[in-house]
Amino acid sequence: MTVLDHIPSEAQLRRAAYRRRQTVYSVLVAASSTAALGTLLVVAVTGAPGWERVRRSFLDPEIAWDALPAVLAGLWLNVRLLVCCAAGALLLGLVIAVLRTLRGPIFFPVRALAAGYTYTFRGLPLIIVLYLLTLGVPGLRLQGMPPVLVLGGLALVLTYGGYLAEVFRAGIESVHPSQLAAARSLGLTYRQTMRHVVLPQAVRRVAPPLLNDVVALQKDVGLVSLAGPIDAVRAAQIATAQTFNYTPYVVAGVLFVLLAIPLIAVTDWVTLRSARRQSGGS
Amino acid sequence: MALLRCRGLRKEYAGAVVLDRLDLTVAEHQVVALIGASGSGKSTLLRCVNLLDDLDDGTVELDGEDISDPRVDADRVRRRIGMVFQAYNLFPHLSVLENITLAPRRVHRRARAEAEAQARELLDRVGLGDRADAYPDRLSGGQQQRVAIVRALANSPRLMLLDEVTSALDPELVGEVLAMIRDLKADGMTMVLATHEMGFAREVADEVCFLDAGRVVESGPPEQVLGEPTQPRTRQFLRRIIEAGRL
Ligand SMILES: Nc1ncnc2c1ncn2[C@@H]1O[C@H](COP(=O)(O)OP(=O)(O)O)[C@@H](O)[C@H]1O
Ligand SMILES: [Mg+2]
Repeated sequence: MTVLDHIPSEAQLRRAAYRRRQTVYSVLVAASSTAALGTLLVVAVTGAPGWERVRRSFLDPEIAWDALPAVLAGLWLNVRLLVCCAAGALLLGLVIAVLRTLRGPIFFPVRALAAGYTYTFRGLPLIIVLYLLTLGVPGLRLQGMPPVLVLGGLALVLTYGGYLAEVFRAGIESVHPSQLAAARSLGLTYRQTMRHVVLPQAVRRVAPPLLNDVVALQKDVGLVSLAGPIDAVRAAQIATAQTFNYTPYVVAGVLFVLLAIPLIAVTDWVTLRSARRQSGGS
Repeated sequence: MALLRCRGLRKEYAGAVVLDRLDLTVAEHQVVALIGASGSGKSTLLRCVNLLDDLDDGTVELDGEDISDPRVDADRVRRRIGMVFQAYNLFPHLSVLENITLAPRRVHRRARAEAEAQARELLDRVGLGDRADAYPDRLSGGQQQRVAIVRALANSPRLMLLDEVTSALDPELVGEVLAMIRDLKADGMTMVLATHEMGFAREVADEVCFLDAGRVVESGPPEQVLGEPTQPRTRQFLRRIIEAGRL
């Protein structure tokens, strides 16, 4: 018997009709409640006694247009810093996580250093690391001191490397010991086992939280402006000081969100895919 | 000459003695079946022979070489021994072909094309040629276990260790894996296999060893150990197996 031969029973037809009515009803309820809430919000905000003043000082189209080039130029710095710092922090985190798995007495100092690093930098507020590196280190007046921008980037890499190392470590530990046994039984060395069996599975499993940390990093990248370099937030601040109007901040905020959307979308997609893989789907 | 000779093996886990003065000798081309209740030490013995676990006493010789000497390079030893696990332990992120060629390429440094040609030939021989590019989660248990056996064979081992390779399988899939082991025996492969399939042990093994509390209590030809056991503990074990309908 093929699927096409099937004639639905009376009961099935009644059930299908009932479900259709329910669907229409749900859509109507969702639409009207959204409309009601939206109207309420708009009326509350625009009807507020200070609305006109807020609109002038936060949402002035002319000032937004004037501030845009400077804020965009600053944003370009954010983007470059993000790419470099994300790559650096991911690499550092991976290396630290792998060092912490090494067994044997020879590696004791390496393990201890790696553990000490993750404890320190996960506990230390980013702002303090940033000030220590960008204000303290240049104070040493050593020869060949890297520019403040590089030191600021280094502060981000060190701080986020500590978090990412823990994420990678959780991934490594989630790989079942029987996978190691299988790899070693084939004659693979510890390094080959890590490289070809453990790390590929670990990284796949923790890709969603890793990307989530990269999204967080993209917001913190702006903090290097505290040490001088002009990023999008700092550019907005300068524009605000010149016009006595806060619209440039809104411009910077909108640009940050626009920048984050693709990254967040990728994160969601990866999360969904890995959830599906783990539940046995394709 | 003996290919594998274990003398006086001892292994403890947190004070519990799991292997106790255990002796085992396996000649080349011989098939030895390890039987015994759950927890009697079969898996531990196989893991110790493959140097996946450290011994607490005793020696293991492979081809006359003392491989339990700590100065021996364990990775080089494991290349000569193939191991298959109860839970298959295929690498889920690699395709069937990549699972099989991993060791030939990374350990034996074979060229990719050469390793893949060998893998495809082995797969064809066991009727899995069309699954080369599939991932393990797309295969049935029986297919996964056959791939695991092929993966171990791709190293051209001198000795195969099989740890209850059919215990995780649905009954109707057991046959295809046993058929493969039968073929291995016909090819002259030396094997040590832990098993609960008494009928299969009787058919394929040259020698059956009954383990109890980490010792070989009784060993000999299958007809003798399974048919006319002399030790009371062997009889008791076989009686339980028969009651469970497994013989
Ligand atoms: N990693 C381990 N840690 C502690 N105890 C273990 C470990 N592996 C095995 N054992 C113990 O060793 C004994 C023998 O186990 P095993 O060799 O797996 O037996 P079998 O394979 O015959 O069922 C069991 O009592 C088990 O609990
Ligand atoms: Mg076992």
